[in-house]
Amino acid sequence: MKRELAILILLAASPAAAQTADFRGADFAMQGGEAVYRGVCQGCHMPDAKGATGAGSYPALSKNPHLAEAGYVITMVLNGHKGMPPFRGHLTDRQIADVVNYVRKNFGNRFRGEVKPEEVKALR
Amino acid sequence: MDNNSSPSRRSLLSMIGVVAGSAAMYHAMTELGYAEGSAFTGPIKLSPPPRDTTVLILGAGVAGMVAAMELRDAGYKVRVLEYNGRPGGRNWSLYGGDTYTELGGATQHVQFDAGQYINPGPWRLPYHHQGILHYCRRLGVVLEPFTQVNYNAYVHSTKAYGGKPQRYRQVQADFHGHVAELLAKSTRQNALDQAVSKDDREVLMQALKNWGALDENYQYSKSIDSSMRRGFTVDPGGGIKSVPEPSQPSALSDVLQSRLWTAISAAHNYEMQSAIFQPKGGMGMIGKAMGKELGPLIEYNCKVTNILQDDRGVTVSYVDARGGKEARTATAKWCVCTIPTPILAQIPMNVGPKMKAAIDQLPYLSALKIGLQFKRRFWEEDEQIYGGHTYTDMPIATIGYPMWDYFSKGKGVLLGAYTFGRAAYIAASKSPEDRIKDALEQGAVIHPQYKTEFETGVAVAWHRVPWTMGCQGGWTDEARAVHYDNLCALDGRIVLANEHASRLPGWQEGSVLSAMDAIGRLHARVMNP
Repeated sequence: MKRELAILILLAASPAAAQTADFRGADFAMQGGEAVYRGVCQGCHMPDAKGATGAGSYPALSKNPHLAEAGYVITMVLNGHKGMPPFRGHLTDRQIADVVNYVRKNFGNRFRGEVKPEEVKALR
Repeated sequence: MDNNSSPSRRSLLSMIGVVAGSAAMYHAMTELGYAEGSAFTGPIKLSPPPRDTTVLILGAGVAGMVAAMELRDAGYKVRVLEYNGRPGGRNWSLYGGDTYTELGGATQHVQFDAGQYINPGPWRLPYHHQGILHYCRRLGVVLEPFTQVNYNAYVHSTKAYGGKPQRYRQVQADFHGHVAELLAKSTRQNALDQAVSKDDREVLMQALKNWGALDENYQYSKSIDSSMRRGFTVDPGGGIKSVPEPSQPSALSDVLQSRLWTAISAAHNYEMQSAIFQPKGGMGMIGKAMGKELGPLIEYNCKVTNILQDDRGVTVSYVDARGGKEARTATAKWCVCTIPTPILAQIPMNVGPKMKAAIDQLPYLSALKIGLQFKRRFWEEDEQIYGGHTYTDMPIATIGYPMWDYFSKGKGVLLGAYTFGRAAYIAASKSPEDRIKDALEQGAVIHPQYKTEFETGVAVAWHRVPWTMGCQGGWTDEARAVHYDNLCALDGRIVLANEHASRLPGWQEGSVLSAMDAIGRLHARVMNP
């Protein structure tokens, strides 16, 4: 019985997700902070970075004091949290550094400091 | 304890739970057939609860409504709060006349003709998903066949065969045929002597000939046999001038390098195997039927803002989702919460740190579906494609052909894109109009008729859906190992249910099994507080 249970659990652990098309072509080829933001981030945070609200909310990045701490922003992009998906597997260190710099200097944000790809790498 | 004189399976479980604790009960439940994530083993039977035991259910999707129906039937007093103005949640079909406003404010007015629709969410019911099929039977939802694999649809790579779409049938036949020929060659050259006994070698040779449609020399060649798999250049006819002309198989290297075999293997998965069903008239028929069954027990347009439990019960605060400010409250002894985790993570709720951590770490995935209405069913009229799917390496990933009203003279709606991951993120970052424009451009590579026959479309990017913020729970194996049990465990008076609390992520069956499991454990706690 135990053995059968173990096998069941093993089987169940292999994802039976509804999406099975392992044949799809898309890359995050965009280069530069603005291109990454326009190509990926604005899907949720919106073109004006003011977020959006339905049953829940996507937070505004515009004039957002949480962006003062660059390490926090990097970690959020890498790992996600509370609805934010992780992008560690999708974006390079350079792309993450660029987009973090872009949001920290635009949309009404004027935070000091420039993130380098090495800092992203260190937080992976 | 329940009042039945002979101990039912449930009351036996309750006793085990009391005596040995919940972990032992979990194992006992597993072995008695209530295994978490296991196949459906029949409708749940709950013993009558104490009079006036109330349960508040958050969300009128499949999980919430299954929980509501079963708890109500057992004798609980249930009430369901739903964000939308309709039942079903992701069980949803869009028809002409419908309006859909996504996060960011873009509103799409669906212009499809009568009888046309698209399922932005789930769209398949595999035969072994007996839980959701049970509710279709129970509620009289009419089912019709859903075709996953169509041998005459295409597999397409922009990097192979000059970018020309290939028929699924041909690629599969050539892939199997060449592999069979290679194995036959190796067997004859005694390369497999270590692995295959002499007796088995003879059978293997027969099997390879049979499987790969090889000729008498065990070669995959241009022949009647191979054309019986991949199709003919000229089909057999009747009367005179009826001789068939066999077709020329692709070279092995072309088949391998095309990588189109990845699209072939996708169709072999358990969930893609025949028979598969769809509700007649749209997947949303299930949600509608469940909503009708529950009637006034569901309160619509409720946006939950706070969930508070104490030793006496659960109090949920909510406002009118259409823009009300006035806070209202609903109370009950117990709560089944099916709110998608990206939203639930933002709602104040006093559960323990383990459940809270499990909720906070579970985002919903990105997905895109686009419905495109065309003036005529050119895929049928010009290309003999009746249902099923074309797979491509372009960002749209999939074209799905309508699986109803075959041969009708009128219009038809194609699934013009069905994609996850990066392509879906990119699509979500664009306006609905641009998503449709992209899908038309890419689709025209496979069906040039797109350019002249397109009429109207609708594009649903799931990260923009206001009431889910994604399409389904985005589990990883690592996260599951740490958080899954904590997400599913009863926390005081609150238990979560949804596909995200199942091992069938993204499937309605996961929602059904999760709801059954959750209310089973909730009931055990009610009976043995």
